[in-house]
Order: sequence, then structure tokens, then C-alpha cells
Amino acid sequence: MTTATLPLSPQPQASSAKRAPKRVLPGFHLTLGYTLFYLSLIVLIPLSALLFKTFTLTWVEFWAAVASPRVLASYRLTFGASFLAALFNVFFGLLLAWVLVRYEFPGKKLIDALVDLPFALPTAVAGISLTALLAGNGWIGQYLEPMGIQLAFNRNGIVIALIFISLPFVVRTVQPVLEDAEKELEEAATCLGASRLQTFRHVIFPSIAPALLTGFAMAFARAVGEYGSVIFIAGNMPMISEITPLIIIGKLEQYDYAGATAVATVMLGISFALLLVINGLQSWQRRRAGGKP
Amino acid sequence: MSTRTIRHARAGTTEPAWVRWSLIGLALGLVFLFLLLPLAAVFTEALRKGLPAALEALREPDAWSAIRLTLLTAAVAVPLNLVFGVAAAWAVAKYEFKGKAFLTTLIDLPFSVSPVVAGLIYVLMFGAQGWIGPWLAERDIKIVFAVPGIILATVFVTFPFIARELIPLMQAQGTDEEQAAIVLGATGWQTFWHVTLPNIKWGLVYGVILCNARAMGEFGAVSVVSGHIRGQTNTLPLHVEILYNEYQSVAAFAVASLLALLALLTLLVKSLVEWRFERDQKAAAALPPERPIAAS
Repeated sequence: MTTATLPLSPQPQASSAKRAPKRVLPGFHLTLGYTLFYLSLIVLIPLSALLFKTFTLTWVEFWAAVASPRVLASYRLTFGASFLAALFNVFFGLLLAWVLVRYEFPGKKLIDALVDLPFALPTAVAGISLTALLAGNGWIGQYLEPMGIQLAFNRNGIVIALIFISLPFVVRTVQPVLEDAEKELEEAATCLGASRLQTFRHVIFPSIAPALLTGFAMAFARAVGEYGSVIFIAGNMPMISEITPLIIIGKLEQYDYAGATAVATVMLGISFALLLVINGLQSWQRRRAGGKP
Repeated sequence: MSTRTIRHARAGTTEPAWVRWSLIGLALGLVFLFLLLPLAAVFTEALRKGLPAALEALREPDAWSAIRLTLLTAAVAVPLNLVFGVAAAWAVAKYEFKGKAFLTTLIDLPFSVSPVVAGLIYVLMFGAQGWIGPWLAERDIKIVFAVPGIILATVFVTFPFIARELIPLMQAQGTDEEQAAIVLGATGWQTFWHVTLPNIKWGLVYGVILCNARAMGEFGAVSVVSGHIRGQTNTLPLHVEILYNEYQSVAAFAVASLLALLALLTLLVKSLVEWRFERDQKAAAALPPERPIAAS
């Protein structure tokens, strides 16, 4: 999942531009045909292999694989940590987007470019680097450890890694909405005697709420599936700091293909549900944006 | 020129200076902690024993083969997804048909699938217990735990990148220019090369560099299908993991800094592309709409 709102992609002009009256342009069958062929080959057929493999399991086997205490603990951890990370990024992302859109300060362009670092930096690199920072002998860890705060090799580390990898989503969904926001509305609110905080709560916040929610959902979805950065920093102790993707890897390494498939099916179902939620949120956001003159 | 007056006029819609500066300070502090420090740590850890030790790690044969495999993977995966992205964007943006929304959802699907699940599905297809695994084994074709599996898994995780960039861009541009070209007698290919491609070139470059960054950096999916054979099926991120788990910290971070440099290069090219795109947009907006663009 990358952002839906990379700055290069203008929001589709809802009404006028996109409707082609008739198929004057050639290539409809060629391009749609190739799209469906490639989509089936790379995505749909392999994903159906997962489902078919799951159907070869009996209900009891399936349930034993997806609801054992160790797996249940991993769901709680994965979703809990992803929720915390996405929630943190709602505030951090809104702050960053706000500062980048509304204020001028030296180094702004650099910060703006740097926001995408988590998309560009391989997750394994992020994982070992955060571990090096937060471990007992690291730049940050050496000051926190004596105070009794341990951030690496436990659940704290997982949340921090997930914050890092899902950081750009909220910024990149909120930023364009803030840029397009009409200053006139805020001016009107000020003229009518609203304080700056009231203006934010009643004028600005409602207009960016859909984007915030979309960014949250994208960050959450990405964090739930994350593997590379987490395994280095998590400590990976069963029942305590073992995420669900690691459970799948563990089962595969023991040649328990059936068990791995069952857990993967659960994860796939959840990702698909999240994808539908995100699509719904995005069309809500577009309707909101389109509703204004 | 008039920024000062504008700012003055907008005084009612901005915050007091102390609020502004504390928000900026807080944001910069968090960026420093969460983005700059991890980036700096990669290079510092790599240079802990000096530059020669770091370079030594990159000169090893295993590191070389990892670099070659990573380049090969990206060289196959990116063009495949480029062709798909252009075809999908043409189909979705230029025509109306039933099930379009569902199709775009399916195109997005690989973004939301966990990389580990992405690797697993190819093991289930091509592995020894899989659908066509036995058939492949008879013919001595290795896909999983070999290079083709790594490429396939990478193609899967980078599948939507270019399509996702191009679809909204081409939708916003509409079909007027292409229709004009067709009416004037251009063939489909000519229309694409001379009309569509110049319009989408920045979006295309943008999608390609993001796709490339992910293709070279993918870890989870590749880790499942690779089999971790040193010198044969290790990509750079997997090589980092092996070195790190062997407590060869300097070597691991040296290889990691190679990937971090790639990330920085990606961000640089991305910023340049955005800058060029904005400039082109502004130049186009500066022309009155009814006047034909004076290309000659």
C-alpha cells in the first residue's frame, strides 16, 4: 500500500473530463485484455491457490491452526501495536502536514522530501537501524536504559518500528486536502468572532477528517502486514512479542503448510476488508471534496 | 513581492507566532527522532571501524552476487509492471465499462496483502507440495527457492505502483487530445507515443522510481520464497539480515548503507520529478486555454 495521494496524481475531476462519449480510441480490448490476463497470472490465480489449499483443511484443523493461544496472542499484538502506531501517526501526520502546508521555515523542502523516507528505505534496513538506536548501547537506548525504559526487543520496539514504516500515509493524505482548503471559510469564521481553536475544531477539522481517517486506515493496513522491520526489533518471544506474519514464517519453516495457509487466509481476509474500508473512505472523501463549488 | 502584504491580510487566519514556532519545533523534533536519526545510524554503524572495513564488506563475493541478483530482480520486475501499468491505466482511464471500480480495487490488492502472505502464495503454487510443483519437479524446473520465485514475489509486491500513479493522472487528462489525434488520422500507436506519453511522462518516471525502490528493497515476500542460499538466492536485504544475525554488524550496516543510499537517490529523483511536474503544470496554466500550444 502506498499513498493514494502522491502529489503527482491530481484527484480525478469528478464529472466532465473522464467520460468518453464512445470508444473512439483504439486499444480497449488489447489493454483491458492484457490487464485482466496479467492480473490473473500474478495476483488472482496465486491468491486462489491459497484459498483452495485452505479448503482442503477440515474445519477442526483450520480452527486449531488459527485459534491456538499462541496465534491469538499474535493477533492481539499485531492489531494492538498497529492501532497504536496508526493512532500516533494521525497526530504526528496531521502536525507535519499542517506545518508543511501552513508555515514557512528553513529546510521545509528537505523535510517534505524526507517524509517519504519510510517508503524508500528497505524495511530490513529500518529494522536494524532502529534496533541499533534503541538497544542498550545505542544512541537513544544508552540514556533510556538506566532509567528503566526499554524500547528494543519487546513490544515497545514493535510499535516504534510500525510508527516508522507507516509514517508517510497520514501526511500524504492530509497534505493535499489542507492545500486545497478554502481560506475564505476560515476568514469568515474569524470575522464572525471564532477563536483560532474554534475555527480549527469547527471549520478545518471537519474538512480534513475524511483524509485523516483514510490515512489512519492505510497506515493501519500497512502496519498489520509488516514483517521486515519488526522482526529485528521485536525480540520475537512466543506469546509476548511474536507478530502474526512471523507465525506464518515459523509454521512454514516447520513444513506446516496447512497451518501457515490457514493463518495466511485469516490475514488475507482482514487485508481485503481493510482495503474495502479504505476505498469506501476515499470515495467519501472525494464526494466531500466534489460537493464544494 | 506581495507575500508580506498577503501575510498581513491573512493575519486573522494564522496562529500567534509562539504557537507557530512551537508546532514547527515539535514537528522538527519528531522528524529528527523518527527519520533523521535512523538514517544517520545506518551510516554511522557502517563506518564504526572506518571506511576500509565497510568497503571490504561490499567487496565480498556473496555481497556481489546479492547486488547482481537485486539488480536483475528489479530489471525484470519494473519493466513488467511498467507495461502492465500503462495498459491498465489506458483501459481504466480512457473507457467506461462495467466493473471498473472492482477492477481498480483488485489492482490495489497487492498493496494490502502482507508481504509474507505474498511469498506464501507462490510457495503454495510452485512448491513441492503445491499445484504445479510436482509437474515442475519432473522437468527439473525450479521456481520457488530459486531466482524465478524471487522475481515473481517482487513483481507481486510492486504490482500496483505504476498503475496507481497513472490511472488518476490519465483520468484527469481526459481523452480530448487523443480523440483529436485519431480524428486527424494518427494510428493508435502514434497517438500513444506523441500525445499520451508526453502528458504522462512525469507520472511514469515517478511510478518507476517508487516501484524500483520497493523492488530492490523488498524483504518479507522475498524472504519466504528465497531459500536463503548464500551467493545464489540472496538479495541485498536478505544479505543484510544474514550478516546481522551473524553479528557482523559493520558488514551488515555497510550493505544497508548501500540500500540507504539508494533510498536517498530515490527521494532526490522523486523531488526533482515533482518540481519539474509543477513547473510544467504552471507553464501550461499560464497559457490561455483557447490558444493552441505553440510547440513550433
